[in-house]
Amino acid sequence: MTTRTATAPNATLAAPSKKRLPQEVSILLVLFGIAAFFEVLGWFLVGQSFLGNMSRLQIIILQVSVIGIIAVGVTQVIITGGIDLSSGSVVAMSGMVAATFAQQANWPKIIHPALVDLPWFIPLLVGLAVGAAAGFVNGWLITKTKIPPFIATLGMMVSARGVARWYTDGSPVSGFTESFAMLGNGLGRWAPVVIFLIVAVVFHVVMRYTRFGKFTYAIGANPQAARVSGINIESHLIKVYMIAGLLAGLAAMVAIARIKTAQAGMGLMYELDAIAAAVIGGVSLSGGRGRVTGTVIGALILGVMLSGFTFLRVDAYYQDIIKGAIIVVAVVVDMHRQNKRSKTT
Amino acid sequence: MNNSSPVEALSESSVIPQTKPYEYVLEVVNARKEFPGVVALDNVSLKVRPGTVHALMGENGAGKSTLMKIIAGIYHPDAGEIRLRGETVHLATPLAAQEAGIAMIHQELLLMNSMTVAENIWIRREPHNAFGLVDHAKMHRMTTELFDRLNIHLDPDAEVSELSVANRQMVEIAKAVSFDSDVLIMDEPTSAITEKEVAHLFEIIRGLRERGIGIVYITHKMNELFEIADEFSVFRDGHYIATHLSSEVTRDDIIQMMVGREITQMFPKEEVELGDVVLSVKNLTLEGVFHDVSFDVRAGEILGLAGLVGSGRSNVAETLFGVTPATSGTIEINGKEVSIQTSHDAIKLGMAFLTEDRKETGCFLPLDIQENAQMAVIHDDFVKYGFVQEAKLEKVCLEISQKLRVKTPNMHECIENLSGGNQQKVLIGRWLLTNPKILILDEPTRGIDVGAKAEIHSLITQLAHNGVAVIMISSEMPEVLGMSDRVLVMHEGHCTGILDRADADQVKVMDLAAQ
Ligand SMILES: Nc1ncnc2c1ncn2[C@@H]1O[C@H](COP(=O)(O)OP(=O)(O)OP(=O)(O)O)[C@@H](O)[C@H]1O
Ligand SMILES: [Mg+2]
Repeated sequence: MTTRTATAPNATLAAPSKKRLPQEVSILLVLFGIAAFFEVLGWFLVGQSFLGNMSRLQIIILQVSVIGIIAVGVTQVIITGGIDLSSGSVVAMSGMVAATFAQQANWPKIIHPALVDLPWFIPLLVGLAVGAAAGFVNGWLITKTKIPPFIATLGMMVSARGVARWYTDGSPVSGFTESFAMLGNGLGRWAPVVIFLIVAVVFHVVMRYTRFGKFTYAIGANPQAARVSGINIESHLIKVYMIAGLLAGLAAMVAIARIKTAQAGMGLMYELDAIAAAVIGGVSLSGGRGRVTGTVIGALILGVMLSGFTFLRVDAYYQDIIKGAIIVVAVVVDMHRQNKRSKTT
Repeated sequence: MNNSSPVEALSESSVIPQTKPYEYVLEVVNARKEFPGVVALDNVSLKVRPGTVHALMGENGAGKSTLMKIIAGIYHPDAGEIRLRGETVHLATPLAAQEAGIAMIHQELLLMNSMTVAENIWIRREPHNAFGLVDHAKMHRMTTELFDRLNIHLDPDAEVSELSVANRQMVEIAKAVSFDSDVLIMDEPTSAITEKEVAHLFEIIRGLRERGIGIVYITHKMNELFEIADEFSVFRDGHYIATHLSSEVTRDDIIQMMVGREITQMFPKEEVELGDVVLSVKNLTLEGVFHDVSFDVRAGEILGLAGLVGSGRSNVAETLFGVTPATSGTIEINGKEVSIQTSHDAIKLGMAFLTEDRKETGCFLPLDIQENAQMAVIHDDFVKYGFVQEAKLEKVCLEISQKLRVKTPNMHECIENLSGGNQQKVLIGRWLLTNPKILILDEPTRGIDVGAKAEIHSLITQLAHNGVAVIMISSEMPEVLGMSDRVLVMHEGHCTGILDRADADQVKVMDLAAQ
C-alpha cells in the first residue's frame, strides 16, 4: 500500500485474552456431578455402587446410542434455526418399512414372501432411504412453502406415524436375519455404540471443518446475511433436514436390530429426547450456536439420569417430572449464558 | 411547539427547574469497564451541562458506546460512579435509567420489525382504555402529535419492516424524544441517513437543547461536530483525553487528539487510466421499486450513486447482486450478457457487495471474526474436498484484519463483541478477500472513524488503480463527490442524471436528487 498515510504500527491485535473455558467442559462437569450424585445416593439408599456395575453402564450407553444418533441430526437442524419434531415418528416409519425387508424365510408371519433372506445392507439402505425421504419432504415444505419448521415437521410427525401403522395394519414385524440383527448386537453387543460414535465423530468433523458445516452455522446465525454471502439457503436446508431424517432412519435400524422387532408405536417421544439432549448440550434454539460434542454429552446426561432414577427405584412418574424440569433448567441456563455473552460480564 | 401536548403530559420525568441547583445534568466519574481481554474504559470521566450538546469523539473501539451503555443502565461499571442532576445514582437496569430520565438512541437499530411504528414507540407505555386494553386510537393520536411536533412524515400504522433504514432511524429518534428525558444519548444517529434527514435531526436537537435537555452526541463526522455540538470530549483506547468547547478548536486539533497522529489526506483520489467497460446495465427494472436504470462502469472507475433515502440506490445494488433479481432489463459483464438470479451467481461473476445494514444483512453475530470474514470465499477457493482450509484462511483473514486495523484481542472473538466500526471493517474484509472485479459498496464507511475512513478510501482508490470497477453508494456528499469519477443520481426509482467528476458539485447533485 503506497498511499497509506497512517504511521501507527499494526499493533491492533493484542496478546490473546485468557482463554474462556469451552462450554463442553461445564456440561461435562454437570455429567460427572450427576453421576457422582447417584453414586453417593446409591451407597446410602440402595447399598451398592451406581458406577461400579459394568452391565448398567453398558445399558446406559446402549440406550443413549439410539437417541444420540437422532440427536446428532436434530442438532444440525436446530443450528440452522429450525426444529425437527418428526424424528420419533420417522424412526417408527423407517423401522417398519425396513423390517419387512429383513425377515427370514422360515418365519411364520412374513410380510413380503418374495423378499426374504436378503443381505443385511438391503433393509439398512431401505431404512436410510425412507428416513432421508421424510427429511426431504420436511425440507422441501419448509423452503418451498415457507411454512415454519415447527409446523412442517409436526405434520410429518403425525403422518409418518400413520404410515407406520398403515404399512402392516398395525401388526409388529420380527424374525430378522442373523446378519441384520448384528447391527444391534454385533461387536459383542457394542455395535450401536460404535455406530453412534462413528456418526458423532463424522458430524463433529463436518460441522467444524467443512464448508457444509460453516454454511449451516451461517444460515442459523443470519439467513439474510447468508443469502448475500452467496449461500443457497433452500438447497442447504433441504440437505440438513435430509441428514436429520437419514440419521433417524439409521437410529431405527439400530433399534429394531437390537430388540429384534419393529412396531408402529416405537420411537414415541424420541424427538423430544433428542431435542432435550441438544439443548442440554448447549445448542441454542435461536440458531447459530452449538456443537455435536455438547449434544453427545447432553444425551449421556439424559441416559445417566434415567438409569439413576431406575437404580434408586424412583417412580416412573417422578422420573418424567424431573426430566421435564431438567430440560427447562437447561434452556434457562442457555438463555442466561447468551445474555451474559452479549451484556455484562 | 405546542407545550401542553399529551405527549409531554404523559412523561413523568421532571421538568428542568428555573434555577438550576446543579451545573451538570450528567456526570460520570472515573468509570472503568473491562471485558475479557479488553479494557474498554479506564478511569473515564464525562460532564454534560443541561441545555447543551456534548459530542463524544474517538476512534472505533475507543469505548464511546460502552460508556453510553453504562449510562443507560445496560452495562454495569467495574468502578466509578454516575451522577444525575448532581446526585449519585445506581442504574441497575435500562428501565431504571429510563425512569431516572435517560433516553438513548443506540448505534444499531433496535426496533421490532413486525410491529407498527406506533407500537414500537410506545412499547411498555401504551395508553389503556377503560377496560385495561391498549387504546390504539389514542396511541395513533399520540404518535401523530409526536410526529407533528418533530415534523416527521411517517404513517404511525406502518409496519417497521416496510420502512427504509433511514426512516427506521427517524422512528428511533422520535421514540427517544418521546421519553422527554433530561439526558438524551445519541450513538451515531446520522450514520444511516442523508443530509436532508440530518438537517431535520439537527432542527429537532436544537429544539431539545432550548428546552434544557443535556444531549450526548456520538459521531465520526467532523462537520457535524462544528455544526451542532457546544462541547466535546475525546476518548482514545478507553482513556479520557480532553474536553473542549467546539468553537475553540480546529478539525486537525481534534483528529490529533483522537488518533494521536496526523491524517494528511481525506479523499486520496487518484487519476486512474480507465479500462474497458466491465459492467453495463441497460433498462434495469425491479417492478414497483425502480425503473429503467442504465449505466456503464469501466475498469478502474468509481461510480458514485447519490440520491435521497428511498430513491432506490440500495435496491439497484441488491438487484445487481441477485438479492432481488430484476424483473426486466439486461446486465452485461465484459460485453457478455449474464443472468444474475442469486448472490452466488454474482459472486461467481467476480462481484462483491457490502450491504448497507450490517446487523440485518451483514454480520453473523454468534460467529467469530474469522468465520464472519471468510464466509464469502469458502464457496470454491480455500476448500478442498469440502473441507475448509483453516490454516490458510486464518492467515489471510488475519492479514486483512490487520490491514483494516480491526481492534480485537484475537480472530476468534465473537463479532458481537466488537465495536460498530470494527464490525464494519470485518465486513469490508469479507468482500475484499474475494478479490472482486466489480465491487459494490453501500455506505462503506458507515460508523468508521476518521483515520480508518481515510485508509478505507485509499484502499478503494488502490483497488480502482488495480482495475476493479467500483460502485459506491454513500449518503455523505463529500464522500461521493470526493471519491467518484462519475456520480449517478437517483430520484424515486429513476435515474435522473449522470454527472462527470468535473461538473459534479453539491448543488447539482441535490437538484437532480430532489428534482
Ligand atoms: N460485550 C463485549 N464483550 C467484549 N468486548 C467488548 C464488548 N463490548 C465492547 N467491547 C470492546 O470494548 C471496546 C470499546 O467498544 P465500544 O463499542 O465502546 O467502541 P466505540 O467507541 O463505540 O467504537 P465505534 O466507533 O466503532 O462504535 C472495543 O474494543 C470492543 O471490542
Ligand atoms: Mg460505538
